[in-house]
Amino acid sequence: MRAVARPFRRLRRHLVVIAGLGTLAYLLLPNVIVTVFSFNKPAGRFNYEWREFSTDAWTHPCDVAGLCGSLSLSLWIALWATLGATLLGTLAAFALARHRFRGRGAASGLFFLPMAMPEVVMAASMATLFLNTGVAFGFWTILIAHITFCLSFVVTAVKARVASMDPRLEQAAQDLYATPFQTFLRVTLPIAAPGIAAGALLSFALSFDDFVITNFNAGSTVTFPMYVWGAAQRGTPVQINVVGTAMFAVAVLCVLAGQLAGRRKNRRRGSRRS
Amino acid sequence: MTTAAPAPAPVRETAPARSRSARRVPYRLLLPGILWLLLFFVAPLVYQASTSVQTGSLEDGFRVTWHFATYWDALSTYWPQFLRSIGYAAVATALCLLLGYPLAYLIAFRAGRWRTLLMVLVIAPFFTSFLIRTLAWKTILSDGGPVVGALDSLHVLGLTDALGVTEGHRLLATPLAVVCGLTYNFLPFMILPLYTSLERIDGRLHEAAGDLYAGPLTTFRRVTFPLSMPGVVAGTLLTFIPAAGDYINAELLGSPDQKMIGNVVQSQFLRVLDYPTAAALSFLLMAVILGMVTVYLRRAGTEDVV
Repeated sequence: MRAVARPFRRLRRHLVVIAGLGTLAYLLLPNVIVTVFSFNKPAGRFNYEWREFSTDAWTHPCDVAGLCGSLSLSLWIALWATLGATLLGTLAAFALARHRFRGRGAASGLFFLPMAMPEVVMAASMATLFLNTGVAFGFWTILIAHITFCLSFVVTAVKARVASMDPRLEQAAQDLYATPFQTFLRVTLPIAAPGIAAGALLSFALSFDDFVITNFNAGSTVTFPMYVWGAAQRGTPVQINVVGTAMFAVAVLCVLAGQLAGRRKNRRRGSRRS
Repeated sequence: MTTAAPAPAPVRETAPARSRSARRVPYRLLLPGILWLLLFFVAPLVYQASTSVQTGSLEDGFRVTWHFATYWDALSTYWPQFLRSIGYAAVATALCLLLGYPLAYLIAFRAGRWRTLLMVLVIAPFFTSFLIRTLAWKTILSDGGPVVGALDSLHVLGLTDALGVTEGHRLLATPLAVVCGLTYNFLPFMILPLYTSLERIDGRLHEAAGDLYAGPLTTFRRVTFPLSMPGVVAGTLLTFIPAAGDYINAELLGSPDQKMIGNVVQSQFLRVLDYPTAAALSFLLMAVILGMVTVYLRRAGTEDVV
């Protein structure tokens, strides 16, 4: 039995690795293309076919009308949407994870529902509200819409972290005569912080990259994804690829730096313990 | 993301009877968030429900006339787009599972010290705008590009043409391109929950299965896969729901023949300005998806994941 199984096992081990790496290649191929084509000098208005190497777009990232403005607007909206969603979501997550009260199930379901709905439904319904109440589309409608869909993700992230936290830690703090406020600040908040940070990061990424909900609620305001969408119709400047490549590089570097810092911290902690 | 938090351990009360203000704490914490959702999530749905039974024109305004026929008209006009959305989303979800499982398995059990790097590489594409990445597929699949050339010389395109998923010697503007884009865009939503549930599996279970003379395939079928079911269910939902409502891939990679229901809602709302039809279509889409999800969860037997 085992003798027959061994070559199979070896084959399977390699099959899984090959298939997994194949999937990874599928996931990363578009990023490679985006990077390569950020050095292109396209013949026409569209940057879909390779012509010749050039660093023009990298040295003049803001030479295309409207691109850098839309980029900074997107960053600005993402910042405020993150703040709003993180604040509202963290409060709600604490209530849902730490307290038993009447209506908890219903409240939990309400916070979950926006994630279980196709984005286009939420986008159209919010735009219907703004149309019917006569609110002018623009910065504020985008911001409100972004906070609304980011909220659920923050609640989920923070709730998971707070629920897994040992309630005895807070009791210990109170037994040591910490006031409720001190307990919250010195014990509860530091433990919940990774969950809050995860929720905030997710909100920022979701808001910055959102197209569907913005498409319905922006009016004539142009965020970066809206700019790219317009460009797909009119002609894609190489600078779009520059922004995409730079975002990818910054994100990967940040994550790797965070990992390295965490590892070093752990090592120091480990040596102290020994 | 759909895994529910475990029930919180009851917090020991210092006072035997909870004071009134202590009982109010959760409501005070919830109030801002709930108010926000009532105003900007529930109220919009109510407005949309009302819009869907209105009649009128842009010039004269719309009035509620309880015109439920809008739903019937929308369904009888756009049923091909409905079916197409469900079909494309189902195929893309199946492909995501097929492609995502090996990668999640690789990261969970075989990656060793490369685990972190591989995880970063799975999440990293998120940080490049998905519109830019979807446009990159236009380059990859372009007519006369290397992919089309290779598939053509291998006569794969002839085969797919016969199956009706591509047309002639091109990939762009075919169902295959749209499904490929949907699969690509929602793949991380499949991989992450799969990885989370695989990573929790105790490696000793594999050893135990081996000790009991189970071959690798049997181990996978009887031990690993059943234990990863919560991840499979969460991943398929996180992939299927957004894929069924998506209109970006059909717009950028497809032709008018591949329009999905999201495209119809978008053009009815933003171009045709037929708000009642757009509202009715949104509700139909929501109902179809919620119905399918409920049936699916019942059959998968893991209601506790939501």
